[in-house]
Amino acid sequence: MKPADFEFVSTMVRERSGLVLSADKTYLVESRLAPIARKDGFASIDDLISAIRVRRDAKLIDAVVDAMTTNETFFFRDKTPFDIFEQSILPELVARKRGGTIKVWCAAASTGQEPYSLAMIAEAMGPKLGGCKLEILGTDISERCLEKAKAGMYTQFEVQRGLPVQMLLKHFKKEGDAWKIDDRLKTNIRYRTMNLLDDFRALGKFDVIFCRNVLIYFDMPTKKMVLERMAQQVEGPGYLLLGAAETVLGVTDSFKPVAGSRGLYVQDPSKLGAKAAA
Amino acid sequence: MKTCLVVDDSRVIRKVARRILEDLSFRVEEAGDGSEALSFCRSSMPDAILLDWNMPVMNGIDFLRHLRADPGGDRPVVVFCTTENDISAIAQAIESGANEYIMKPFDSEIVQSKFAEVGLVAPV
Ligand SMILES: C[S@@+](CC[C@H](N)C(=O)[O-])C[C@H]1O[C@@H](n2cnc3c(N)ncnc32)[C@H](O)[C@@H]1O
Repeated sequence: MKPADFEFVSTMVRERSGLVLSADKTYLVESRLAPIARKDGFASIDDLISAIRVRRDAKLIDAVVDAMTTNETFFFRDKTPFDIFEQSILPELVARKRGGTIKVWCAAASTGQEPYSLAMIAEAMGPKLGGCKLEILGTDISERCLEKAKAGMYTQFEVQRGLPVQMLLKHFKKEGDAWKIDDRLKTNIRYRTMNLLDDFRALGKFDVIFCRNVLIYFDMPTKKMVLERMAQQVEGPGYLLLGAAETVLGVTDSFKPVAGSRGLYVQDPSKLGAKAAA
Repeated sequence: MKTCLVVDDSRVIRKVARRILEDLSFRVEEAGDGSEALSFCRSSMPDAILLDWNMPVMNGIDFLRHLRADPGGDRPVVVFCTTENDISAIAQAIESGANEYIMKPFDSEIVQSKFAEVGLVAPV
């Protein structure tokens, strides 16, 4: 792949998704673009890129951006955020909402393991939810991933990563070689394609946002921009959970860390007010 | 250092499992079937057991039932590791006293994830 082509692809991907591809990722880009070139009948990656340069075909561009996303995820990933959700966030919201709807946004839902893990927790809590209903929205830039999330079909490998065997027995059925998640868990989850760089105000307000393991791929201004817009989408005050390698510190003060709960942040309404007034 | 007994009639599988478990800082012992495993446990209880299902002489389920009935036999954490992957088989294993369940083929990531699930190693 020519340096100029790499430059072209990385600029395009960054503009559309925020994903930063450093020059040492040339090999990665090549290996991810090769299947697209093949599938769409191009003789080589070079031909694919030339076609995009000339035609600016939206479908091809989406496919390239999608191919550059890292979709790695698993059930109850890192465990701690899910413990925090069950032991601190939900009890607090249940007390505050008194039987209302608790709205959760998984902003980088990938293939669905994160939202389904949350739904499993809510189901296990049963009466402890005090009549509250959990409503989960899972969004991702990758339509391919969301299709899989909607289907709720996982491989044997996927259901063995992070998922306790009791949960497997309780929530999955075997279909051939695949494992299919319970339809009951799906009833409270909606999936929708959403680019975090785009305006997401129409999604409405949430009590909790899971935005895990996506900001690490963005540059600083993009992280800040996404987090500050997310601060406008929570209320109550609302909560934010980030991935193990992510933080708001040094990025924005619109959320502040919650002492003793790693990865948990709470919206800082005073900062919001200041911004609105400014 | 915790001890893990690997029970499998395949020498190759035992070797693969040994390497993974040693990386997770276990002292590893091996048994080729359920009855060998039972004698081992009766002389010294391991902390963990990675257990195959189908084996000659005594299979994994029979071993597990004997083990759980033995004095001190409730102590080891037992993780099945087998090609049996039907819901009914998994349910039977759990009812018979298994703590976790791995469906073959497995790799170090799955072993680590399952062992973390039952508190044998730190979370992944
Ligand atoms: C590593 S996965 C994280 C999945 C899950 N949250 C977790 O922590 O296990 C990152 C996801 O972010 C998505 N993503 C990347 N850029 C995005 C963007 N600009 N807007 C929305 N989603 C994006 C990718 O498609 C990918 O599925």
